[in-house]
Amino acid sequence: VALRKTFNNMQTVTLIPGDGIGPEISNAVMKIFEAANAPIEWEERNVTAIKGPGGKWMIPPDAKESMDRNKIGLKGPLKTPIAAGHPSMNLLLRKTFDLYANVRPCVSIEGYKTPYTDVNLVTIRENTEGEYSGIEHLIVDGVVQSIKLITEQASERIAEYAFEYARNNQRASVTAVHKANIMRMSDGLFLRKCREAAEKHKDVKFTEMYLDTVCLNMVQDPTQFDVLVMPNLYGDILSDLCAGLIGGLGVTPSGNIGANGVAIFESVHGTAPDIAGKDFANPTALLLSAVMMLRHMGLHSHGKKIETACFDTIRDKKVLTKDLGGNSKCSEFTEAICQKVRDMD
Amino acid sequence: MTFWGLGGPKWWQQASRSVSISASLSRVESPPARADATFKVTMLPGDGVGPELMTAVKDVFKAGDVPVEFDEFHLSEVQNMASEDKLEELLSSMKNNKVAIKGKIHTPMEFKGELASYEMRLRRKLDLFANVVHVNSLPGYSTRHNNLDLVIIREQTEGEYSSLEHESVPGVIECLKIITRAKSRRIAKFAFDYATKKGRNKVTAVHKANIMKLGDGLFLQCCAEVAQLYPKIKYENIIIDNCCMQLVQNPYQFDVLVMPNLYGNIIDNLAAGLVGGAGVVPGESYSAEYAVFETGARHPFAQAVGRNIANPTAMLLSAANMLRHLNLEYHSHMVSDAVKRVIKQGKVRTRDLGGYCTTGDFVHAVVENLRHRPNY
Repeated sequence: VALRKTFNNMQTVTLIPGDGIGPEISNAVMKIFEAANAPIEWEERNVTAIKGPGGKWMIPPDAKESMDRNKIGLKGPLKTPIAAGHPSMNLLLRKTFDLYANVRPCVSIEGYKTPYTDVNLVTIRENTEGEYSGIEHLIVDGVVQSIKLITEQASERIAEYAFEYARNNQRASVTAVHKANIMRMSDGLFLRKCREAAEKHKDVKFTEMYLDTVCLNMVQDPTQFDVLVMPNLYGDILSDLCAGLIGGLGVTPSGNIGANGVAIFESVHGTAPDIAGKDFANPTALLLSAVMMLRHMGLHSHGKKIETACFDTIRDKKVLTKDLGGNSKCSEFTEAICQKVRDMD
Repeated sequence: MTFWGLGGPKWWQQASRSVSISASLSRVESPPARADATFKVTMLPGDGVGPELMTAVKDVFKAGDVPVEFDEFHLSEVQNMASEDKLEELLSSMKNNKVAIKGKIHTPMEFKGELASYEMRLRRKLDLFANVVHVNSLPGYSTRHNNLDLVIIREQTEGEYSSLEHESVPGVIECLKIITRAKSRRIAKFAFDYATKKGRNKVTAVHKANIMKLGDGLFLQCCAEVAQLYPKIKYENIIIDNCCMQLVQNPYQFDVLVMPNLYGNIIDNLAAGLVGGAGVVPGESYSAEYAVFETGARHPFAQAVGRNIANPTAMLLSAANMLRHLNLEYHSHMVSDAVKRVIKQGKVRTRDLGGYCTTGDFVHAVVENLRHRPNY
């Protein structure tokens, strides 16, 4: 193994285990990666909010330094304490690394049956502005105003990213989701930028659809969608809707792309404090996010190997965690996947 | 209060027209005496397949001898028939008739000066604050989720559709979402009143107050306050993204849903998709004085114009609801039973339900089934 390390190009990835079931599923992922001989070295870091100079909340400097150096990160679920006085950790990470795109590929998992089969789409959501700008005012007592911000720069950036993603991942079409008939100026700007990006990438088909039409058609026939790009709020709703189509947040991967080449892949489910430490957790979401990470890094063969092993294990239905309908432990599930991975070599 | 010499039954009809009990306790406007027993209803065909659907309604009403007369108005933003005087004519007709049936008035993408679309302006002028969509599975047409029975109540005059946008700095656009306590309370009260009247058990408020703390927070607070006045009805709340996920995984956990404007748009369409699409879900909009009946998911469906393929089920079911609102119970049952029987038999189905029949075929089948009058 030592010999291998000198020849292989080992890449270091920052690992943030997270809270609750985070550490267990991170361990599971590390074990599976080892079984697959993936050339990844993990650097574990903790992100708890600390108060920096000037009273601003920030993530620990060693975590920031590690991410800036490695550029790629894998994150488990982080708990957001309700009255801690500091903003949510996810928000802090987003602001620190300018994670502007949230990418969620939703693929139906064979073996985990939902009423919707053959789902294969990707939702790309603008993650920095829009309705989540957090700018709200109490105008007079009983009247509140929330501001939705759309800027040319952010819209251009996300549109460009969507087309690049489509090209790099051999996707045929990109659909912009908007409500420009109602929010004529703001979504109108977003749509204009998408159209301009479409002009520059003529090899990818571009369509635009109203948000309500997308929702209507999504629950009737999700196979008609490929890559969807949209502003923040619609993205939040649609990405969760698509997660529901394939089986929920426990099996959905997610990646956040930031400026300067930073990318953090994460599982979007909660910390599940009630089953933490009891070896009941399902590592699928984090594992699929890690596979997404491998693909992002160009390690397609390893990614494919691990993904196939995971899907095969779920399809076999012999060893499944509780939420997938079985009654095996997390460690047994992980071991089954490791075995499949080793068998493939 | 004088009633111009009209007897008891007319007053009962007038009072039972408004579903929003809270707001209708004010004055009762007495209608002019009617010549015969027909009711006058304002009709707005709208754009897209609206006119075809209205023809379907008229055909069925004629065949069933329904005592309703239609006052037609053709308003359209895309066809440049959207002037202020037309709007005024429409409003005076509405003041007389109080009840309307309408198709979707399409909003063109490019705006010519005014940011608010024609439909929004109409809604605001008539103060149609509550939009109710009935999501019921049709017996005989199975989808991935069967036996659904949801009611979606949406506030439709404020929220994200305020049409207040401006470019503060070149390249940065701000769009304002306005939430007021008065309107939130009004829609919450409407929702609970509706649930009480229809015998529903639970009202769920849908929001995103974890992110929009002040705006949706205010909405949520109003719902909670009103919920306390109705101890018999269970009250819950759920975040919009979780709600969407739950609707596709387990929609049976919901009963009545109440929410602000944009989320309402999303959930209306999502739920319509669950039971079969925009062609099968009826809906209506209420204000304190008026009731407007339309389809639940509002799309002009311009691709179907002239091809005779639109599904008139939603519009016919909505027309049946309108008849019930006018207290024509017998006729209401007649129309809705006929439509449901045609769907159940499954022989005549329009394209959106997987068949090959035209709108005309479907209407013909409904008319045939009208002859089987129910024994009430």
